Amino acid sequence: MAVKMHILVCGGTGCSASQSHEIVAELNKELVAHDLTDFAKVVVTGCFGFCERGPIVKIIPDNTFYTRVKPSDAKEIIEEHIIKGRKVQRLLYVAPDTNQSVPDSKHMEFYKKQLRIALRNCGFIDPENIEESIARDGYSALGKCLTEMTPEQVIAEIKKSGLRGRGGAGFPTGLKWEIASKSRPGEQKYVVCNADEGDPGAFMDRSLLEGDPHSILEAMAICGYCIGADKGLIYIRAEYPLAIHRLQVAIQQAEEYGLLGKDIFGTGFNFEIELRYGAGAFVCGEETALIHSMEGKRGEPTFKPPFPAQSGYLGKPTNVNNVETYANIPVIINKGADWFASIGTEKSKGTKVFALAGKINNVGLIEVPMGITLREIIYEIGGGIKGGKKFKAVQTGGPSGGCLTEKHLDTPIDYDSLVAAGSMMGSGGMIVMDEDDCMVAIAKFYLGFTVDESCGKCTPCRVGNRRLLEILTKITDGKGTMEDLEQLKNLSAVIKDTALCGLGQTSPNPVLSTINNFWDEYVEHVVDKKCRAGQCKALKKYVIDPAKCKGCTACARACPVSAISGTVKNPHVINQLDCIKCGTCIEKCKFGAISIQ
Amino acid sequence: MVGPKVKITEANYLKIKDICASFNNNPGELINILHKTQGEFGYLPEEVQQVVADCLGIPVGRVYGVVSFYSFFTMKPKGKYAISVCLGTACYVKGAEKILDALKSELKISEGGVTEDGKFSLDVLRCVGACGLAPVMTINGKTYGRLVPEHVKEILAEYAD
Repeated sequence: MAVKMHILVCGGTGCSASQSHEIVAELNKELVAHDLTDFAKVVVTGCFGFCERGPIVKIIPDNTFYTRVKPSDAKEIIEEHIIKGRKVQRLLYVAPDTNQSVPDSKHMEFYKKQLRIALRNCGFIDPENIEESIARDGYSALGKCLTEMTPEQVIAEIKKSGLRGRGGAGFPTGLKWEIASKSRPGEQKYVVCNADEGDPGAFMDRSLLEGDPHSILEAMAICGYCIGADKGLIYIRAEYPLAIHRLQVAIQQAEEYGLLGKDIFGTGFNFEIELRYGAGAFVCGEETALIHSMEGKRGEPTFKPPFPAQSGYLGKPTNVNNVETYANIPVIINKGADWFASIGTEKSKGTKVFALAGKINNVGLIEVPMGITLREIIYEIGGGIKGGKKFKAVQTGGPSGGCLTEKHLDTPIDYDSLVAAGSMMGSGGMIVMDEDDCMVAIAKFYLGFTVDESCGKCTPCRVGNRRLLEILTKITDGKGTMEDLEQLKNLSAVIKDTALCGLGQTSPNPVLSTINNFWDEYVEHVVDKKCRAGQCKALKKYVIDPAKCKGCTACARACPVSAISGTVKNPHVINQLDCIKCGTCIEKCKFGAISIQ
Repeated sequence: MVGPKVKITEANYLKIKDICASFNNNPGELINILHKTQGEFGYLPEEVQQVVADCLGIPVGRVYGVVSFYSFFTMKPKGKYAISVCLGTACYVKGAEKILDALKSELKISEGGVTEDGKFSLDVLRCVGACGLAPVMTINGKTYGRLVPEHVKEILAEYAD
């Protein structure tokens, strides 16, 4: 009997952390117990994207989408759904707006507006089985390039597609390949995949590598064919053990199938791929720093030119692209540049993968066509702000990007519109913030990150960012002045103009963009000594409402610094000079008499 | 350099030599060699770096330069259970600092510290990529998600041995 049903279980990092492997074990146990192993098969896939509701279990062919599944649910899924054909109602997704359960993922708001090109195989195939990849056209684009097209034709196709680098800067990919192909012909060259996804709050590349490693390998081989390289290197974060494992498995299988290695498809083209591991340095996402790190050195960037295409890894011509950029290549070859170019906006073609996180209902990995608005992403796909709070800002581009606000909600998203709005596309991190987030504290958070991660090579970044952080700390401590705000702006401008690499030049962006969009909040911190979000500890003031206080003494007894005075059955008072703003009194008060001003 | 002085035994010396040899004593593989060596010893004290430098025929300063540059490498031993709290943006806006504060007061150590009995060490890291579960922390690689400060006590209790 042929297998008629597939039970797909998400094996991405997020769902794995919520016991998805135990779910797989339980499902298999139940299949064996009911003698159903010939009828249904459990497949561990990559990320489905809807991490908020993980762990996810999907049943094929009927597309039933079970959410927040626990290992103990396995028995019911097998006995009800697989054997009796009845969906387990309590595990279905319930749409928050209609309160109706949605059995089929295609009808969920989260998926309706998505268009999955780079993520086409994530959540569909077993990433550790090359045959499942091949069944979904894996390596057919490589075959087409090697047997039917010249390198020039492939490059022309990529150029025509309008694909731009998905790592953040948006450089045209076809042009990059052309430059590398014309650079020092006949010499040893290298194809590099940048999988050093360092932006905090971004997990696009990780999910792609975990869910569909073969399409990255295939695209790197195509690039090698185009530029004349026989060696590929993937530089991946050591913090991603699962992605590393899946890549190792994929490389080994591709070699066994003759899809990597010597004489691929009998065309005489050779291509092999090796992994190189990062060791926790954000700056290594910058391509020159990444190349130095691959050479076993400190990951310090160097001035461009020379560009990697002229002199890169070991001084040889090197093409560096990001994971998501590569993931688009095989589809462009198979479906054609015209098809790809029909998606998106005039200057930004195709789709973009975003990691949607923060104060949003549907945290997850999404892929949307360029030109979609923030409003569609946040309120339709994302399901709105958590807890019905008010939307305040969305941060894109990580520590190099900026904040977009209410007024940008209807701007179509592409590389150029985001820059015009004072942010940037970045690699795809999208963090949503609500009214409880203080924008000065957010700027301080990013600066803290940059100061930690600055490699120290150039003075503007090493010293300048530290000074920025000090000024921001002064402001959140309630000691800032209006001159400090001017200083922030001036110093930011100098760092932007003078830092050596992309990390340094963009590091003041979180400060500048919050100043531009939330100037009032900065002024409030400085002039009124007030933090409207109540996040800046030093600016909080705890007060007891004498009308509500019953004089129970619970707060006074709990206060660790004895800052509360009063007698039994009489209203108490907090001595502001002694108060350390720890919040213990609020937790202890049973009468809601204490509030933060 | 900081970190405790250790005397390298003959057996450990040979282990490091073997690791370097498995990468053909190629200085270009320094980061991979250090990954493997730290995997073996748990940290990279001065004396270990000296042996690596000798094997690769490069100055120990270059090895130290790499060890101190990358946050993954450490010159101090970690606790038996290494706790890392994610302070990526998604975790930060969902209150990761409160989790960190709870751990600090429960373990009575600060970031980068190790408890007196050597059982727990506490570090922060930037994003493990499990933003859907924010805020998260990991203990020896096991991820704990959707945390609130009240969870800290019960999770630590799992490691009572």
